[in-house]
Parts: sequence; C-alpha cells; structure tokens
Amino acid sequence: MLTIRDLHVKLEDEDKEILKGVDLTVEAGRVHAIMGPNGSGKSTLSHVLAGREGYAVTQGSAELEGADLLAMEPEERAAAGLFLAFQYPVEIPGVGNMTFLRTALNAQRKARGEPEVSAGDFLKLVREKARTLKIDAEMLKRPINVGFSGGEKKRNEILQMAVLEPRMCILDETDSGLDVDAMRLVADGVNALRDAGRGFLVITHYQRLLDHIRPDVVHIMADGRIVRTGGPELALEVERNGYAGILAEVA
Amino acid sequence: MALLARDPRRQPETEARIAALDLPRGGFTRAARAEALARLRGFGLPSRRDEYWRFTDPADLAAPAPAAGAPFDPREAHVFAGTDRLEIVFVDGVFDPARSGPLDLAGVEITRLAEADRADIHWAQGIYGTLEAAGQAAVPRPLAALNTGAATDGILMRVTGRAARPVCLVHERRAAASDAVLHHCIRVEPGAEVTLLETGTAAARLNAVMEVDVAAGGRFHHVRVQGRDHGRRAATHIFARVGAGALFKSFTLAMNGVLTRNEAVIELAGAGAVAHVAGAALGDGATGAFHHDDTVFVTHDAVGCESRQVFKKVLRHGAVGVFQGKILVRPGAQKTDGYQISQALLLDEDSQFLAKPELEIHADDVKCSHGSTTGALDATALFYLRSRGVPRDAAVTLLVLSFLADAIGEIEDEALRQAIVERLEAWLARHRA
Repeated sequence: MLTIRDLHVKLEDEDKEILKGVDLTVEAGRVHAIMGPNGSGKSTLSHVLAGREGYAVTQGSAELEGADLLAMEPEERAAAGLFLAFQYPVEIPGVGNMTFLRTALNAQRKARGEPEVSAGDFLKLVREKARTLKIDAEMLKRPINVGFSGGEKKRNEILQMAVLEPRMCILDETDSGLDVDAMRLVADGVNALRDAGRGFLVITHYQRLLDHIRPDVVHIMADGRIVRTGGPELALEVERNGYAGILAEVA
Repeated sequence: MALLARDPRRQPETEARIAALDLPRGGFTRAARAEALARLRGFGLPSRRDEYWRFTDPADLAAPAPAAGAPFDPREAHVFAGTDRLEIVFVDGVFDPARSGPLDLAGVEITRLAEADRADIHWAQGIYGTLEAAGQAAVPRPLAALNTGAATDGILMRVTGRAARPVCLVHERRAAASDAVLHHCIRVEPGAEVTLLETGTAAARLNAVMEVDVAAGGRFHHVRVQGRDHGRRAATHIFARVGAGALFKSFTLAMNGVLTRNEAVIELAGAGAVAHVAGAALGDGATGAFHHDDTVFVTHDAVGCESRQVFKKVLRHGAVGVFQGKILVRPGAQKTDGYQISQALLLDEDSQFLAKPELEIHADDVKCSHGSTTGALDATALFYLRSRGVPRDAAVTLLVLSFLADAIGEIEDEALRQAIVERLEAWLARHRA
C-alpha cells in the first residue's frame, strides 16, 4: 500500500535535515504505529507524505500503490487515496462543514473519473456516518471546525475520513488533547474503518491510543530514522521504560 | 454649520466645473440646489491636498469632463435578474421607460426626480439636500454638494408599508464618455420596510447621492453591485438618518473599477436605532488599474444605538484598497454599541491596503471596537483543504469566501446573498493566480 524508501527530508528554508533515511512499508489491511519522542520527525513524515509546503525531499521515495506520491499535488494525493488526520485541524470561518466535505468528495470523485454524488445522497451518507461518531447535525451546519472543542475537531477529522473512504490513512497525534471518552469515540471511528483493503499509519507519542486502536506493527522513530520495529508489545515497552530506555538499547 | 473658508486656489477650478454643468432649474429643489452650489463654492472641489482625500486622488472625479473609455460588456444578465422585483432602468444616467416597470408598487410611492422636480411642492422637499447638508458638518464632501446642485434624475421613493417586492435600480453604461449625476431620496415611514437593489456601472463617470430617512421602526435594506466595468469612475454618497428602533442596512459589492469612492454618512438619530454598512471589493491590477475607497462616517446621537461597519477587500497585482471609517459618539449617546472592521486579503505582494480607522467618543457608557488587518492567504488552511482533495483554485475560492463571509453575512436575504456569492465565485474563477 504505502512504500517509503530511504526518505531524506530537510526544511526548505534551512539546511536542517529532519528525516534521515526512513524506510517503511504499510500493507493493506494492517495498522502500523509510529511512536517516538518529540522532535523525532514523526509529524514531518506525515506532512511530507500529504504534500505540505516548506519541506524539500533530498533523497528517497514514497509510493502509494506504486504511484509516486512525491510528484503529486496534495489534492492528487488525496484523490489517489491518501488521508491525513491533522494534529491541529484548521478552523475556517464562513465555509460550512458540509459544503467543504461535499466539495472535497466530488473533487476526488471527479479526479478519479467517477460521477459526482448528488446533494441528497451526500446528506444521507454524512448523516449516517455522523451518527456512528456521535456528531450531531447542528455541528455539521457550522463553519469548518469553528467553535468545536478539541474532541469535536478530532471526531470531525474521522468523519471526513469515513466519508472520503481513503485507502491509506495517516493519523497525526490524533490523541493529543483528547480525554479518555473522546479518545474512545475517535478510536471506535477508526476501528470501524479497518478493513482488508485499507492501510493505517498511526502516529502517537503515547501508548494509550494503541490500547484502543490495536496496531499490527509498531515502529520507534528517533532523530529522523526508524530505529526499532516490533509487534504491539513494543508499545508496552515504551510505556514501561520510556523512550530513553529503548533508545539507549539501540545506541 | 460654518462653511469652511473659501480656498482661493480652488476657485477657478470649481467655477469651471460649475460652468460645465447643465444645471436643472428645479421646482421644489430649487432652493436646495442653490444652497448646495454655495456649499460647493465654499468647499472648493476636492484635491489630493485634502486630508480626507489623502489616499485617493479625486482629480478624475472633479474634472470638468469624464475620461472616455470603451464600455465594458459583462455578457451576462445582471445579478438580480432572478429576483422578483420592480425594475427601474437608467442608461448612462437617463431613465429608460421602455425597460422599466410601471412605477407602481404596493406599499411604495415612487416618482422620478426629473418628473417631480417640476412641481413646487413635494414630500421629498424635507429630504432633498437636507441630509446631504447635515452630513457635511464634520467633513466637507464637495462632490455630494455638486450632486445636489446638478442632479438630473434619480428616484424619490416613499415607503408607507411593507413593499411588495424589492425595487431594483439597473444602471447601464453604454456611452464612452457619459457623465451621470443621480440623486435619490428615500423616506421609510414608521414601521414600513423596503429592499432597494442597485446594479451596474451607470456611466463612464458616476456621481450618485442617496439620502435615506428611516423613521421610527422602519426598515431599509440596500444591496448594491457596482458592475464589473474596469473603466468605472464613481463617487457615491449615502446619507442616512435612522430613527428610533429603525434599521438601516447597506451592502456593496464592487468588482474592478479604476476609481471608486463610496461614502456612507450615517446618523443614528433615535434611541435603539441600528445601522450596518458593509462592503466587499475585489480588484486585480492585471486586468486594469484598480483603486477602491470606502469612506464611512457613523454618528451616534441617541441612546442605545448599534452600528457595524464591515469592509473587506481582495487585492492582487497592484490593486489598491482604501478604508476610512469613523465612529463619532456624541455626548449623551450612552449605551452605544459601535463596531468597525476593515480587512484586506492581499493575494500577492504588489497590492496595497491603506486604512484609517477613527473613534471619537464623548459619552462614557459605550462599547466601541475597531480593527484593521492586512494579510495573505493562510497557507495552513490552504493545505488543509487541498489535503482533502479540493483542488488549489477551488481551495483559494473557499478561503476568499471565508474571508468575505462577515461582510456578505450582512445581507439578510439568503437568495440575494447566494446571488452575490455566485458573482464572487465567477470573478475568482476569472482571476486565478
């Protein structure tokens, strides 16, 4: 599904290398988690994969089902099936959630040569997905993320994911700022989307999200590289010993 | 009001300008016209030396003759074509009876200035030139005085009930060097309500004055679209007096235009009066020089009144936007709620926004706020939208609409709002980066 090879990335404006050779393959139907201390490059990896400006790829490749992600515009990556759930979803006053989501869905469908979804069908689709995420209809009428609580913003990210049905989902610190109940709601939303055709990359600082979204593979990232890869037990080890212990071992 | 000392430097220009006018004799307006020309002589024509014209050069507006240019053909029906309305058409400032509906609408009496002015007595006598003169108290507005003296036509509208339909003034421009001077008087009687729509460029050069007197509990809605003519040179003034518990709302959309100065002078005269003025202006220097100036002066002269000024500009390729906005709270106007925001979205680094917000408060129990910002598109928001699959151009359009939302939101009627948004989207589609 997602194949990253020897990816080196620096900031565009600065000679500071952030990713120093990342290798990672996420298979369809599997959930991979990336854990790591602050500043290890986790979020940068998610931004670079989604096509955010401000970074320069100096070496390596990233492919989504064989297509060169790094050659695509952000909207092309989305149409190709990539989705990034933001750590800090953006508030956009004056643009309705529904307008935005329908514009996004139909733009993706158009890019893939599929027919647009009618207003009526779209409404039905969103209402159904919103219900399972306990997002009330009033919230959907509001401008994008404006006046949403932290939990509502993250649920809105998952709602977008559920409606857009990407093949490869990246969650960037989706647990940050969430209380236990909100985290469970978000995790339930993610788990409902797990299926044989879809890959997940869950980026998190803490192990607790992985209690709810059980990963198949866990990677530890430090200083721009993946330094260890293991099963779910690796997350528990982080919980017990902290990153310091693991990084000392690797060194 | 004390007339300003006559500026001898401007006398020859001012006399030349007045001499070039084809002055109507006037019936009931005769005295008001003579007084207005006296005011004009006292002020002199505006020049760049005036503090009030520091950001906008009025030379083309004050010159004896308008600059000529090919009229712009928008090749589309006007923005209110889909609205049920009473339409009144002016072509280059001249009434077109064949294309205007009968001036007959339940809840409204409408006549034209050119017709009514033959009579010696008219209800508009207490308004014509009166609100304009009152609006000259703090700052001279010579182009408005010139208008009162020289206006050839306009509508006189007295609203006595709830108007059955909006009244829509269509201002077409066909001639290369037309010079229109239109003056409208509107009186909204107690508890009455009307929506006035305006669309089009009007003439190569337009000088328009609208005096609006909203009596207690009356409601006046104004939605104006100034056309897309790149050669538009316009000076417009709205003078409004808003009575107790009355509502005055005015929104203007301006796209393109080499020189536009829209002034709104509003007096909240009765307790609990509400006045909102808003504007969205879009300019792209790549398709023609663009200079747009919104100048607003709101006076709170009664207890418990609310005013809002919301002005937004989207500028690129050397376009220039100007905002001068003042809130004056007179002694005794307690419980005033005054708000003013002016913002520019610069789509590149070549454009310019000049803003002069002012507050002058002579009462102690008031709430007044003002803000002015200049900024670029938010890169994070743009990335967010694109990451969901929205193509760059569509994402920019959404963000520009987001930027303009507060101003557009001042239009109460949803269908009108939607019609305006469609025009904005079309403009943005034509002016992509």
